[in-house]
Amino acid sequence: MEIPKSFLGYKRENGRAGTRNHVIILPVDDISNACAEAVANNIKGTIALPHSYGRLQFGADLELHFRTMIGTGCNPNVAAVIVIGIEPKWTKKIVDGIAKTGKPVEGFHIERTGDIGTTMKASKKAQEFVMWASEKQRVECPLSDLWISVKCGESDTTSGLAANPTVGNLMDKLEPLGVHLCFGETSELTGAEQVCATRGATKEASEKFMKTWSSYNDFILKEATDDLSESQPTAGNIAGGLTTIEEKAFGNFQKIGNCKFIDVLEPAEEPTKGKGLYFMDTSSAAAECVTLQAAAGFNIHLFPTGQGNIVGNPIEPVVKLTANPLTVKGMGEHIDCDVSKILSREMNLSEAGDELIKTTLRVANGRLTCAEALGHKEFVMTKLYRSA
Amino acid sequence: MATDIIIHDKKDNVGVVVIEKITPKQDCACWIMEDDSSINIQSVDEIPLGHKIAMVDLNEGDTILKYGHDIGKVVKSIRKGEHVHVHNVKTKKW
Repeated sequence: MEIPKSFLGYKRENGRAGTRNHVIILPVDDISNACAEAVANNIKGTIALPHSYGRLQFGADLELHFRTMIGTGCNPNVAAVIVIGIEPKWTKKIVDGIAKTGKPVEGFHIERTGDIGTTMKASKKAQEFVMWASEKQRVECPLSDLWISVKCGESDTTSGLAANPTVGNLMDKLEPLGVHLCFGETSELTGAEQVCATRGATKEASEKFMKTWSSYNDFILKEATDDLSESQPTAGNIAGGLTTIEEKAFGNFQKIGNCKFIDVLEPAEEPTKGKGLYFMDTSSAAAECVTLQAAAGFNIHLFPTGQGNIVGNPIEPVVKLTANPLTVKGMGEHIDCDVSKILSREMNLSEAGDELIKTTLRVANGRLTCAEALGHKEFVMTKLYRSA
Repeated sequence: MATDIIIHDKKDNVGVVVIEKITPKQDCACWIMEDDSSINIQSVDEIPLGHKIAMVDLNEGDTILKYGHDIGKVVKSIRKGEHVHVHNVKTKKW
């Protein structure tokens, strides 16, 4: 198949391109959710991103909070941002971080004004932003404007056999065309960590990966009451035939095809070494991982599933594929790309990779994903440790 | 070309059922992805889609190979054709 050289995206002030054109209402902290949701309810076409954190965090955990908030606002799928926090200082820090992209952003704080007054002021600005954004048109953008993140979920053995290798095939075909790619899931590489380390493009990248994985594994050994056998593999994984974390890891690892990763990113860290594949240190919980990848600037997500994970994200469209024919039959409304014919050998891996490229481009051009149509907007912040 | 079981790598001692289920004493066609070769096996257990079948007899302490890699250890001996899962195989990690 000849791969199209471009897609239709929204060009942003900083040169990046979005596959979506959202106006978001971003609460800085848990107690500002109500106000953010009131604004989104008032002004049609905006979305609030409520979450559970943002108070009394400190150190690396607080840095991650700001990185995730600012990164979410900076994502090119977002046209404009309203930031609402309880107090002015942290609110301004997030507004200033997002403003560097050149996109419209304005902050509001609730103290001394209250929810109702703040809702009124923020709603007026949100209306202005959404009407401005609604005039933006999709324009032809080079394929290299795609930043594709991947993460699998509710995996089973069909994921490792077919759905994950399909993503790997797409990566092998799109990497030479200059796209950014990102995989994560530190815990789910356990068992395959030595093999994964050999896939670093440089010695530094390999060493950085092993350091990241070891630090995670030390944490598990320290905190776990016995081991992770109740969580990894999950009950869904086991029902689907996966027996051990090692088996899951080698299946997971098929997602990167033959690509080598050029750098290892902190959670929600924006890649800065140009086109190519990156590894990000993330949880393997679906919504947490996608939220971090979206905050790092990725504008479309590929999600292979076995038993049928249903996750979505408010700003980054999540494209689902599966090779499990029972999942297609039982919950087809969640599946954007069916590659189950690989198992019956009616379709080969390269054909499946082409199908996924076609689906990815249709979604990049504006077709809603199943998760978007079904209203999945899971926005889940990663928290590193308890608050002060 | 109908395939009941797919095996990733020639070295693997397990295969994955890719039809809705296989029944006891079923003669199953296996496809080895690595070199596109075919073999046959007779099942002992009923095994559902996505679950693994032992391609050889395995003793306690043996290593399970899938993708050509170590994916865990046998904790209860397994005969060729039996279901391989959490009841007879455990992780070597943690």
